[in-house]
Amino acid sequence: MANADCIVIQGSNMAECHPVGFQWVAEAKARGARVIHVDPRFTRTSASADRHVPIRAGSDVVLLGALINHVLQNDLWFKEYVTSYTNAPFLISDDFKDTEDLDGLFSGYDPETGHYDRSSWAYKTDDDAGAEPEHGASASGRAEGESHGSGGPPVAKRPMRDDTLQDPRTVFQILKRHYSRYTPEMVQETCGVSVEDFEYLARSITENSGRDRTTCFAYAVGWTQHTLGAQFIRTASILQLLLGNMGRPGGGIMALRGHASIQGSTDIPTLFNILPGYLPMPTVDMETFQDYLDSIASKQQKGFWANADAYSVSLLKAWWGEASQPENNWAYDYIPRLTGPHGTYQTLEAMMRDEVEGYFILGQNPAVGSANGRMQRMGMSHLKWLVVRDLNMIESATWWKDGPEIASGEMRTEDIETEVFFFPAATHVEKSGTFTQTQRLLQWRHQAVTPPGDCQSELKFFHDLGQRIRAKLADSEDPRDRPLLDLTWDYPLHDDGDPSSEAVLAEINGRFLTGEDAGKPLSTFNQMKPDGSTSGGCWIYTGVYADGINHAADRMPGQEQDQIASKWGWAWPANRRILYNRASADPEGKPWSERKKLIWWDQDAGRWTGPDVPDFPVDRAPGTVPDPDAGGPAALAGDDPFIMQSDGKGWLFAPKGMVDGPLPAHYEAQESPVVNPLYPQQPSPTRELFPRGDNLTAPRYGQAGNEVYPYMFTTYRLTEQHTAGGMSRWLPYLAELQPEMFCEISAELAEERGLEPYGWATLVSPRAVIEAKVLVTDRVVSLDVAGRRIHQIGLPYHWGVGSDAVVTGDSANDLMGITLDPNVHIQESKVGMCDIRPGRRPRGEAATRLVSEYQQRAGLTVETGNERVTDPDLELRKEDPS
Amino acid sequence: MTSEPVQQRPNPTGDAHYDHPHSRRGFFTDTSICIGCKACEVACKEWNRNPADGDYEILGSSYDNTGALGADTWRHVAFIEQDRERIEEARESGRKLVDLGMPQVGPPQERGVADGAASSSATHTPDTPEFRWLMSSDVCKHCTNAGCLDVCPTGALFRTEYGTVVVQEDICNGCGTCVAGCPFGVIERREDGLVSTPAGREMPDTVKKPQNGVAQKCTLCYDRMKDDETPACAKTCPTTSIKYGEREDMLAAAHERVAQLHEQGMTEARLYGANPDDGVGGTGSIFLLLDEPEVYGLPPDPRVPTADLAHTFKRAGVAMAGMALATATAFMVGGRR
Repeated sequence: MANADCIVIQGSNMAECHPVGFQWVAEAKARGARVIHVDPRFTRTSASADRHVPIRAGSDVVLLGALINHVLQNDLWFKEYVTSYTNAPFLISDDFKDTEDLDGLFSGYDPETGHYDRSSWAYKTDDDAGAEPEHGASASGRAEGESHGSGGPPVAKRPMRDDTLQDPRTVFQILKRHYSRYTPEMVQETCGVSVEDFEYLARSITENSGRDRTTCFAYAVGWTQHTLGAQFIRTASILQLLLGNMGRPGGGIMALRGHASIQGSTDIPTLFNILPGYLPMPTVDMETFQDYLDSIASKQQKGFWANADAYSVSLLKAWWGEASQPENNWAYDYIPRLTGPHGTYQTLEAMMRDEVEGYFILGQNPAVGSANGRMQRMGMSHLKWLVVRDLNMIESATWWKDGPEIASGEMRTEDIETEVFFFPAATHVEKSGTFTQTQRLLQWRHQAVTPPGDCQSELKFFHDLGQRIRAKLADSEDPRDRPLLDLTWDYPLHDDGDPSSEAVLAEINGRFLTGEDAGKPLSTFNQMKPDGSTSGGCWIYTGVYADGINHAADRMPGQEQDQIASKWGWAWPANRRILYNRASADPEGKPWSERKKLIWWDQDAGRWTGPDVPDFPVDRAPGTVPDPDAGGPAALAGDDPFIMQSDGKGWLFAPKGMVDGPLPAHYEAQESPVVNPLYPQQPSPTRELFPRGDNLTAPRYGQAGNEVYPYMFTTYRLTEQHTAGGMSRWLPYLAELQPEMFCEISAELAEERGLEPYGWATLVSPRAVIEAKVLVTDRVVSLDVAGRRIHQIGLPYHWGVGSDAVVTGDSANDLMGITLDPNVHIQESKVGMCDIRPGRRPRGEAATRLVSEYQQRAGLTVETGNERVTDPDLELRKEDPS
Repeated sequence: MTSEPVQQRPNPTGDAHYDHPHSRRGFFTDTSICIGCKACEVACKEWNRNPADGDYEILGSSYDNTGALGADTWRHVAFIEQDRERIEEARESGRKLVDLGMPQVGPPQERGVADGAASSSATHTPDTPEFRWLMSSDVCKHCTNAGCLDVCPTGALFRTEYGTVVVQEDICNGCGTCVAGCPFGVIERREDGLVSTPAGREMPDTVKKPQNGVAQKCTLCYDRMKDDETPACAKTCPTTSIKYGEREDMLAAAHERVAQLHEQGMTEARLYGANPDDGVGGTGSIFLLLDEPEVYGLPPDPRVPTADLAHTFKRAGVAMAGMALATATAFMVGGRR
């Protein structure tokens, strides 16, 4: 980011939530970069920016879409980059119909199931040899959007193309038509962003893009936590591809991850749908290992996913060692298979149905940190046993005695049959291991002190748990116990009994199993073989332990090396610092400019070179035209920089991979104060619904009862506290800095509702009631949107009701409902509707009564707000097949 | 870059008669790049084992729940929300300072980028004129002429070899004279001394004993300094808003930075504590502010209470001499009787 000429921070409060990473924004600014912050509130990030652009929460696709439109209409796109490196010239199937043609829906929508049949979104081919795209329902079930790493599901091998970009079926022309209604006026109407601010933003990013300059975007959960969150990011990707800012220094889209190692927890996942290295989790219909491999990639397709067999076999060898043999499909059958989505919210529903007996909570505080807090706590009360491993006695461990439902009388401690076990956990300074941060950099942590008392590292906890379970099963003949008994579970122990975390890292790195190098660490994933001769726990991490050296612990100070700083930590893959950096050079292999050079083709040496590790087959010459029958990395042409994509190109249009549309279109949130100004279709038609009595939704604008919940609210974090508070509310030094739950409102709203500065306010949503201190501030402005005055209320979500923390308070997440993005099953927790009134909330049963009174006044039922299709004309069209 | 020649001032360590002269150390706190993360507050308390001192209630001052410097809080981040009118006033008052001989400023550019040219760092005025949120981390000034030090009757306060001012808590008798002696209201007596530890985690032996009633303030991490380590607050600051080093280097960096901001049209930028002729002889902790000092809760014209002491003593001396002369004369005259 330090190399950027312009930085747009949107959907993120980077200075507050990523203050350490923000040093690079500060550095860029010191070098002369312009920084723009687009956010509903003026935050500490805005205070450091050149300009703050206030926006209505949830309307970002309109603003970004209008920037795309601006770039296309004014011919400001980077022509050579776009024609060579993106799928702009490719033709899309004649069957494809856009939102422009179908009033806000794409072709293939099934109103019964709420899913798309995506076959019409495919590339147009002349040989019809393209793979049949998978139906959206099953793709959504396994959260396809998150697997395939950077996104690269198989597509037709030889799409038709028109390099003049004039054919109306080209991606480029479809894009142009799709975004034509995203105008600056529409931005003003929908986002509340003034035309002047829009022009400033448009001018800033276009003037700072091209051969000599680059613009960078940074986002966080302000973009992801929406019913179309994945599409927010897609919109930015399209814009950055059009401007030629991907794979270049100071370019890109920075996904700012929320915790020290949350990137690591998707690389080696804690998610239901993926295996290490973004290999997908098998689904129940993938009977054989070959079925599974076919679902990832075909051997004939371009790029590095074609070698998924080598990665998968090496993973199975790492897990099951000798028990993984060709005869048993490398123990493929040992892996459980998915029957549908099993994300955190689906699991919660299963808890409510008494289908879940036991639950482990690690590094998470769902009683405070997950949407619809009441449902979270009620769900846990249905468990037989609950294990909470945390630094402190968090609310998820104490809800049964001091939670809000005990106070309201909805739960009685003596009635709860859940057995709760609390295990104290070691902190990051009390154990060694890696953090993988937001830019894929693995950094080793050395243990500073031993954990006090009974506190344990995760590694020791799980290692011991595994040993004990295996000891219990030692005599078992039951084949279902084989996966546990056959696991390689043989880590060397330190003197204190802790397993060696370096040994785990070495296993993840992988090693040769046979031949003269047997036992030696692999240095690159290209050495992985599908024949059982190599092992490796996460293919993208291969190299971190090359030559038996823990490169995550590399610590050469920045002053002693170049800007790429490749000797500080280790970045996956292959210690490469900028992904897709082939795109930093032009199609001939020359840097786009001296100022922005990173990787280039050295004609004399016949290889790619530069300060970073080239993200391309190192000896593949720029003009190479591959053998049409080749597959895998060999099929990459000299100008295919996006080496994980099955066509080697950056996708402006996503023929596969997204389940809710090949192009981002703006839909309103599940709860929204306005009618969608763009399309008759109000919310995302594919959003994942949880229509339940304990998860009610406010009526849409224009429907009866809408006025009962007249104000928007959004949730966020503060620098001083950490997420649901488990790591900060128990620390006096942090707790005293932000001691109380508060809400941030504009002076206008304070006057409208008679709210006193620093007095109390009560907030009521269709799910819950909470109280908060009132901060009246000019940092929150009311906006004019769609002819209405919109007030947004800001709510930090760090506090929870309990008795053990230094500071406690009501939880903002209690107000939130559960509605999910269909691609990745993330909840919409950045937009909701509520009422606000002066004074503290009622206590005891009266609190529940107040929520019910509001629900009745608004006439809420489980159907309210949960319609999939909101365009009345669509029904008419269905009845009239002509 | 136009920059005033940095005036060489006598190093206050000279007055302390150290055998081995060290250069004077200090902070340069550049509030224009402060992001208000308060990491300095926490790192300071953590390193120095200072007690938490809040009452766990919102203070009613934007995001500031600390309030002020005191015995337990040695770094304090102020948050000031300002509208356009106030920004313009700040810019204007700064411009007047510039006219009084601060570094020269070029003609202010038009707002935004002129003629659609690509933005360039050096020549555009800031783009957020409607509203701003100032953040500034305050700390003990470690004055050249330190009031607290001058009035301390026990010698508990002393001038270190680095030119900083530090309390020796085992000598301090808690008389509190220094509290009135500080023109910035920095030093205070600690009411109760024990740090509250997080639940379930014992603190190491380094936790200090209670120091009830003893005067306390920033030591500029004297203990770290002796080990050639950066003070905790500067070490932890993610944006280098808090810089630490030899005071002369800090002063030069401060002058350079203020000139740079002036070139960008930010005439509101000004230095605080950099003037050797102010009432405390300049401070070891220099600040770059974006508005008048009062806005940040800093005295606009700090004056060490002992500044007039020499003058007072001279007058008193003259008076005493006169009295003595008169008495002597009286005796002599009387003696002759």
